[in-house]
Amino acid sequence: MLDDFIVRAIIAGIGIALVTGPLGCFVVWRRLSFFGDTLAHSALLGVLISITLDINVSLTIFVVASLVAILLLRLERTTNLAGDSLLGLISHSSLAIGLVILGFLSFIRFDVMGVLFGDILSVNSNDLLVIWIGGALILVVLSYIWKPLFASTVNYELAEAEGMKPERVNAIFTILLAALIAISIKMIGVLLITGLLIIPTAMARNLSDNPRQMVILSIIGGLLSVLIGLYASFEINTSSGPSIVVVALILFILSLMRIRKKNYE
Amino acid sequence: MNDSETLIRLTNAGIFKNKKWLVRNVDLEIKRGQIVTLIGPNGSGKTTTAKIALGLYKTISGRVERNTTKISYVPQKVSIDWTLPLRVADFMVLTQNLKVDDIDSALNLTGVQHLKDSNLRDLSGGEFQRVLLARAIAKKPELLVLDEPVQGVDFTGEVALYSLIKTISENLNCGILLISHDLHVVMSATDYVVCLNGHVCCCGTPRDVAESNPYKQLFGEKSAKLLSIYEHNHDHIHSSDGNIIKEVE
Repeated sequence: MLDDFIVRAIIAGIGIALVTGPLGCFVVWRRLSFFGDTLAHSALLGVLISITLDINVSLTIFVVASLVAILLLRLERTTNLAGDSLLGLISHSSLAIGLVILGFLSFIRFDVMGVLFGDILSVNSNDLLVIWIGGALILVVLSYIWKPLFASTVNYELAEAEGMKPERVNAIFTILLAALIAISIKMIGVLLITGLLIIPTAMARNLSDNPRQMVILSIIGGLLSVLIGLYASFEINTSSGPSIVVVALILFILSLMRIRKKNYE
Repeated sequence: MNDSETLIRLTNAGIFKNKKWLVRNVDLEIKRGQIVTLIGPNGSGKTTTAKIALGLYKTISGRVERNTTKISYVPQKVSIDWTLPLRVADFMVLTQNLKVDDIDSALNLTGVQHLKDSNLRDLSGGEFQRVLLARAIAKKPELLVLDEPVQGVDFTGEVALYSLIKTISENLNCGILLISHDLHVVMSATDYVVCLNGHVCCCGTPRDVAESNPYKQLFGEKSAKLLSIYEHNHDHIHSSDGNIIKEVE
């Protein structure tokens, strides 16, 4: 009954949801959703570079996204532009450059929709390996820097004064975000990965009153979104990325009811 | 006291930013068991000096020698983002894991044990300050940096917290750098006062400073008088409200 590619998709989806949950919490707490979006947009460029130069796609996305992050930090220091303007600048420029390069590559059969919105059919066993090994590495590093990262999220100066080295852990966190984008683009797509990062987390925020609870609910929300979304994707033949994000949105809307109840009490 | 007792020493420290000196030529030393208080008008560089001491600036002039890494900090302003659900209990272990007993006794000392499971965003200003102080002392630091730790705390609470700070410095034998606006209250709980106004304007024991000319010029003759009066009669203050200073005068 279950085809191989369905099983692969489910295993891949679970792997990604386990990572987007905790990372998504930090993205929401630190107000980095636009930042995550910018890194994700650079992934199209990464995919095209990897095709042109014939190198590993996940690795290329990871390198390009990390370079974009470094470029952003540089510009933030040297220009008088606000963070969101710089993010908009880089985000749309990298997307545009990617699409222009795509125009030159007309001799290659290339599924743009797949890169933008995710193509679950294309997940092969090699991708599974990348997702699970990469995901496990991300989670190990994240758990290692969890305390200083969390402390510097709550209050940067307090964390620094008490020896938590916030600058270093912030940089590591950015690299983890780039790594997550690198392993998840095939599954969920350039335009929607930030949705999977923040929508289940937003749902979790509505339901939780402490950080640990929020992380756990965020993971559960991500898992449900992925599983139900994939099911819908196979049943009614929709793209996997949008289906997953729509399910996440429905979960978020359901969680709003709980908030309303709270306010009435 | 020998040199090993010195927790932190600033030598000719200062910071030059945006074409002006925020604070300059600060010499400051904090030893174990000592409470050093920074006073001065708004914009005189109190918070900046504390941040220099904590190593929060990348480039400073002068020298800072820190002989401890067990530091607790109560910043002047802490705002908790609403996207982050955080209870007092979570906040207590922000930078260090602690035993439940240590958390409870610290919260007890600052009188907010009952708020342990409350969300930080639901606390009043005064309650929040008490939690900040509890978190800082629960770590049992060697150096405690308190930037206006009792802002928003009611008057009786203020006096009680300053006497608590004094007790802490004795019990933990830690050094404390205290920044305060409440000159009259803080004087009784301090060993050494540094009066700042962009530079070290005067320093010494609380009485020396209160009687010094630069201090009088900075804060006015009247506040200097109030200070010395307060210092001599500070037993009264506990049984009355803020008006007592006027009565004595």
